[in-house]
Amino acid sequence: MNDFRMPSLGADMEAGTLVEWKVAPGDRVRRGDIVAVVETQKGAIEIEIFEDGVVRELAVAPGSLVPVGALLARLEGQAEATDAAPAPAPAPAPTPPPAPAPPASMAPASLEPPARPRVTPAARRRAAELGLTLEGLHGTGVAGAICLADLPQARPLRAGGFEPLGMRRAIAAAMGRSKREIPHYYLGQSVDLSPTLDWLERLNAGRGPSQRLLPAVLMLRAAALAVAGSPELNGFWKEEGFRPGEGVHVGWAVALRGGGLVAPAIHHADRLPLDALMAAMRDLVTRARSGGLRGSELTDATITITSLGDRGAESVLPIIHPPQVAILGFGRVAERPWVVDGAVVPRRIVQITLAGDHRASDGHRGGLLLARIEALLQKPEAL
Amino acid sequence: MSTTAPPRTTYREACRQAIRAAILADPRVFLMGEDVGRYGGCYAVTKGLLEELGEARIRDTPLSESAFVGAGIGAAIAGMRPIVEVMTCNFSLLALDQIMNNAATIPHMSGGQFAVPLVIRMATGAGRQLAAQHSHSLEGWYAHIPGLRILAPATIEDARHMLAAALDDPNPVLIFEHIMLYNMEGELDPAVQGVDIAKARLRRPGHDVTLVTYGGSLFKTMAAAETLAAEGIEAEVIDLRVLRPLDTATIIESVGRTRRVVIVDEGWRAGSLAAEVAMRIMEEAFFELDAPIRRVCSREVPIPYAAHLEQAALPQPETIAAAARGLVRPSA
Repeated sequence: MNDFRMPSLGADMEAGTLVEWKVAPGDRVRRGDIVAVVETQKGAIEIEIFEDGVVRELAVAPGSLVPVGALLARLEGQAEATDAAPAPAPAPAPTPPPAPAPPASMAPASLEPPARPRVTPAARRRAAELGLTLEGLHGTGVAGAICLADLPQARPLRAGGFEPLGMRRAIAAAMGRSKREIPHYYLGQSVDLSPTLDWLERLNAGRGPSQRLLPAVLMLRAAALAVAGSPELNGFWKEEGFRPGEGVHVGWAVALRGGGLVAPAIHHADRLPLDALMAAMRDLVTRARSGGLRGSELTDATITITSLGDRGAESVLPIIHPPQVAILGFGRVAERPWVVDGAVVPRRIVQITLAGDHRASDGHRGGLLLARIEALLQKPEAL
Repeated sequence: MSTTAPPRTTYREACRQAIRAAILADPRVFLMGEDVGRYGGCYAVTKGLLEELGEARIRDTPLSESAFVGAGIGAAIAGMRPIVEVMTCNFSLLALDQIMNNAATIPHMSGGQFAVPLVIRMATGAGRQLAAQHSHSLEGWYAHIPGLRILAPATIEDARHMLAAALDDPNPVLIFEHIMLYNMEGELDPAVQGVDIAKARLRRPGHDVTLVTYGGSLFKTMAAAETLAAEGIEAEVIDLRVLRPLDTATIIESVGRTRRVVIVDEGWRAGSLAAEVAMRIMEEAFFELDAPIRRVCSREVPIPYAAHLEQAALPQPETIAAAARGLVRPSA
């Protein structure tokens, strides 16, 4: 029997409120399955499980505030689960091999089909919209039906998804810690983005609006590729020292309407081609703003990128998100006089900045990273 | 009485004024039916009109519903605007062939060459110990027939103004006046000069449950809503007004707000107008529902003569309130 405990979804998370179970006892789960929704200062987060097995017991009820590390559920591992299953009846004649035994979780204690819960149409639709399961809810409607009033959250769970005060406190704690503990060094590079943007405009001209790429995705792609070659800027600073990240998981900073920001990870951003990266970015921004981020997206980022966008400032000196060791900043693209082949010409320039943790890397390595990003951006067709 | 207060009147008087005004306004309009002239109408709606308007406009007919409804259809086709009074809907069965096979079909079967701008008024409903043969609510039956427009004025304002709109309609219109409403007193706003005959109307706003009703059941339903309000349940009351064509949009809009529905209909439950309303909700607002739809209809018996049995057979404020309560607070 293995314990599934409340994960830490950020350096400063002390506890989370279990909003909903996505599994019930007897359910088979696989590593990566979403098993619960937990409300944190960063909003409602879907929690994944890290091992295969069968859920045996849910230790806390929805609505409970659970400290990080406290027991959420007990899980039977693969081997145990198989042992626990009733042994298949021995075949009288072994010559034709018996059909494979059903998986353990398919052999429930009772053979009676479970009674179909009564759910009103409105409650069923609302639950589907909110991604709630109806398992385990107590119906108080007509004939004991689960009705709207019985859903765990009468208010839409993920409208906004983030609680502004809690988020402010989380940002204050993380940024305060960063500035207290991390000796930042800052580097900046002005990059002529004109050829890149010319190429992008030609590409987009042949595409429908929903298929077009944003300049940010080119910069993200270039940065992710470059970071893959700079392991000392990609990872975590732990008590024992620097630990490189397993893959380039770029935390993409998303400003939330109504204040606050969150930087969920795009996993293996260096392996995603441009279109896939664009789709991942759109999806992430949508979910960050509406709620529905996953726990792994909040904990896995190995480096963060903050892109200020069309209406942002020209450059940013960003603050590292602990325990990461670097953060990249993209400023607003602005037309500026630029010297090309001895002549001053108007060019579209972007300021790319880097804040590095001097405990983990030195400025020289950071400079190489910026130079590599610039070089990659000059050949957009190769991105 | 202050000069600004709207004058008080009765539903009966509103019906009379509607007929009088229509006849005075249009030389093509006349009223005919059994006992409408010298007797003044079986519910005294037309009392005094013969004396004022003369025999050409207020015409007594023989006791032959089929004949005088048929005459009305002919007059309408010929360019008149007849108002035919069938004493009660119970007797309209004798004219059903004229109504269903002629009035409703001729405009269609003639390819639009003949309009039938006929209005038929009839009393409907139970509650006055008139026993099983004289207590029917047949408006739901008539609402089944394409080609007819079916009206159920439940308020003094609708009693006063629906007739003019019905006469303006080029197709046959049937108006069902509930017998328990004639003595109802109330105010009539002189500023209102007309009403539509297309839309249902919200008679009371609420958010917990929608009570859909019409005609004689409206005020029972309003009383039920008062009872519920005292218990903290806010019922929305919809007066259908027009039973055919049904204003489904108003019902669906309300269901979207309240998610619970009780339909109150004095007709018998099986194959009733209430069944049609419920089915429209299922078709168009199934996913809005947070509770099953309930109906409060008449018991499936010939309406009894004995007063206590008659009252027990009909929808009552208590049974309406109980049905709504059962949806909003099922465990209470």
